[in-house]
Amino acid sequence: MSEPDLVIDAKELTKVYGTGGSEVHALRGVDLDVRRGEMMAIMGASGSGKSTLMNILGCLDQPTDGVYVLNGARVDGLDRDQLADIRNREIGFVFQGFNLLARTTALDNVELPLLYDRSGRKLDSKALARDALERVGLGDRMDHQPSELSGGQQQRVAIARALVTNPTLILADEPTGNLDTHTSVEVLALFQELNAQGVTVLLVTHEPDIAAYAPRIMELRDGLVVRDHATVARQHAVLDPGGGEPVEPVESLKATS
Amino acid sequence: MRLRRFIDIAVDSILKNKMRSMLTMLGIIIGVGAVMMMVAVGQGAKSQIRQSINGLGTNLIVVTPGASREGGVSRGAGTFNRLTVQDAEAIKRESLLLSGVSPVILAPTQAVGGKGNWRTMVRGVSTDYATIRDWNVSEGRLFDAEDLRGMRKVAVIGATVAKDLFPNQDPVGQNLRLRDVPFKIIGVLQSKGQTGMGNDQDDVILAPYTTVQTRLAGHQFIGQIVGSTPNPQDIPAAEQEVRGIMRERHKLAPYEADDFTVRDQTDIMQAAEGTTDVMTLLLAAIASISLLVGGIGIMNIMLVSVTERTREIGVRMAIGARGSDVLSQFLIESIVLSVIGGAFGVAVGFGGAEVIARLTGWSTAIAPAMVGLAMGFSATVGIFFGYYPARKAAQLNPIEALRYE
Ligand SMILES: Nc1ncnc2c1ncn2[C@@H]1O[C@H](COP(=O)(O)OP(=O)(O)O)[C@@H](O)[C@H]1O
Ligand SMILES: [Mg+2]
Repeated sequence: MSEPDLVIDAKELTKVYGTGGSEVHALRGVDLDVRRGEMMAIMGASGSGKSTLMNILGCLDQPTDGVYVLNGARVDGLDRDQLADIRNREIGFVFQGFNLLARTTALDNVELPLLYDRSGRKLDSKALARDALERVGLGDRMDHQPSELSGGQQQRVAIARALVTNPTLILADEPTGNLDTHTSVEVLALFQELNAQGVTVLLVTHEPDIAAYAPRIMELRDGLVVRDHATVARQHAVLDPGGGEPVEPVESLKATS
Repeated sequence: MRLRRFIDIAVDSILKNKMRSMLTMLGIIIGVGAVMMMVAVGQGAKSQIRQSINGLGTNLIVVTPGASREGGVSRGAGTFNRLTVQDAEAIKRESLLLSGVSPVILAPTQAVGGKGNWRTMVRGVSTDYATIRDWNVSEGRLFDAEDLRGMRKVAVIGATVAKDLFPNQDPVGQNLRLRDVPFKIIGVLQSKGQTGMGNDQDDVILAPYTTVQTRLAGHQFIGQIVGSTPNPQDIPAAEQEVRGIMRERHKLAPYEADDFTVRDQTDIMQAAEGTTDVMTLLLAAIASISLLVGGIGIMNIMLVSVTERTREIGVRMAIGARGSDVLSQFLIESIVLSVIGGAFGVAVGFGGAEVIARLTGWSTAIAPAMVGLAMGFSATVGIFFGYYPARKAAQLNPIEALRYE
C-alpha cells in the first residue's frame, strides 16, 4: 500500500476540536508523505494547525478522520498504551521550551526514554545516552543539570534525548522559539548535521527564516496545505547574514491552494 | 527490572525534595511512633500481669464470695459475704483432687516493732498456703499445724516488712505488735518482687488464720479460699468438685445459682488480659488517628507534587511512558515515603517506649511482629493515600500536560 521508504504516509487527516456549535476544524484534510532521511519544515501562521498536525504525527493525539501510516504501520485508532509505545520507539520530540527534567543531569535526562523501552531488548542505556550527548557536542556536559546549561545547550540535550532511541523521525515544534538568533542557527545546524547522517527531521515553525534551513517546506493555512515545495536549504556553514536566502521553489511537490 | 527503575525514580524524586519529603514523612513517623508506643505500653502491662498471675503459683483455684458475672469476673462487692473458714475446712476435708487448701483472711494492720511502724496487710492463712503459692522462707520457719491449732501468735514476715522494721538485723525471734497484740516472728519469706501492677508482693505478713480470725479480723467471713492441684490437668475436675462441696454446704437447691465463684488461673488471666487488650486497642486506636492524619498529609503532598510536575508527566508520556508507568512512579513514591516514614516511626516507637518505661517505671514490650506490622501498615497507608494522586497523574492528557504552565 505505502512505499517502503515512506516514514510518514498520511491521507486526508482532519481534526475537529469541541462539539456542536463550538467546533473548531483545526485540520481539514491534510495529505503528507515524508521519505526516510528527509528534512522538512512545516510552516504557517499562528492557529493554522501546525501543532495539531505535529501532535497527530507524533502520536500524542488521534486524528478525527483520515489514515496515518507511520513507518509502514497504521497508527490511527490505537489506544493510549499502544500510542505511548510507538512514541517511545518511533518518535523523538524536541519542544520549544526544552522540557528537560529539572535537577536532573543531562545524562539522566537523555537516558529517560530508554527507561520506558518495552521492546525487551537489552540496552546499555547509560552508554547510549553518552553517545547521544556526544553526537550533539555535549560530551563534556553530561553531569550538568539544566540550570547549569545555556538555552542552546539545553535544547541540544533535548535533541540528544530525542535521538537516543534511534527513532524513525524527530519532531521539533518551534525548537528555536526560546533561543536567540545565533543559538537558533547552531541548533538548526545540528539538525542539518543529523539529517546528513540519515535522521528524518520535521521542523515546525512560523518563521520563514527558520523554515529556510529545510530543503522542503510545507505551508499550512486554516488547516489546509497551501504549499509544499523543495528549496535549496540555507546552509549553516554560511553564517554570514548575506548567504543562503531562501530561493524560489525548484519543484512543486504538491499543488495546493 | 522496571520496578527497580521506578524505585530509583521515586527515591531520586524524594531526595530532590528533601525538606518536603521530611515534612511529609513526619506525619507517618509520629503516627507509627505513637501507635508503637501505645501498643508497647499495653503489651508490657499484659506481660507483667501474666507474669504476676503465674507468680501466684501454678494449678491455682480461687473461690470468692458472690455469684460470677460476665467473663468469670466476680462482682463480690455488694453481694452478701458467705465464705467462711468452715467452708475452707470442708473443702480441705472433702476434696480428693486438691492437694492444698487455705482460707485467706485479709486484715490491713499497723505493725509495730523493731525500728517503728509499718502499715501492711496481714494475711491469715493455713499451713497449705506456702505450698499453694509456692512460697518458702529464707530464714526461720513457716508456722505448722500446732501453731494453727493453738492459735499461736506467730508471724512470718515478707522481705519488705523485714527490711523496713528490722534493717541490718535478724528479725527471727523478735516481737511484733499487730493491733497491740504481740506476735513472735518465726520466719522471713523469700522475696517475690513486684507484680505487674506495681504491687509489692513482699509487703505482707502471714499468720495462722485461726489467730488472725480471733485476734485481728473479729468476724467469721473470709475474702477467699485458695487451693491447688498437683497437676494442671486436674484443675477443671477440681473446680467441679469444689463447686459441689460448696453448693452442698450452702444448701443451694438445683434451681439456685451459685452464691460463690470458682475460678482458675486461666480465668483470672483471661479477665486481666481482656482488660489490657481493650486498653491497648483503645490506646492504639487513638494513636491511629495520627497515622490517618499522616496519610492525609501524604495524599496532600502527592497531589501538590502531581500538579507541580504536570509538565514532567507530559514529557514522560511524550517520550513513551504509559499511564501505568506514571501511576507506578507516583504510587511507589508515596509508598517509599510512607515506608521510610514507618521505619523512622518504628525507631521513634522503640525510643519512646524506652523513655516511657524509664519515666513511669512501667514495663513496655514491642513484639518483633509489631515491627513488621507497622511497616506493612505504613505501606498500606502509602498505597491508600497515594493511589488517588497517582491515578490523577496517570490520566493526564500528554498534550495538555505539556502545555501546563
Ligand atoms: N485543545 C484544543 N481545543 C480546542 N481548540 C484547539 C485546541 N488546540 C488547538 N485548537 C485550535 O485549533 C486551531 C489550530 O491550533 P494549533 O494547531 O495550535 O495551531 P498552530 O500551532 O499553528 O498555532 C486553532 O484555532 C486553535 O485555537
Ligand atoms: Mg503551535
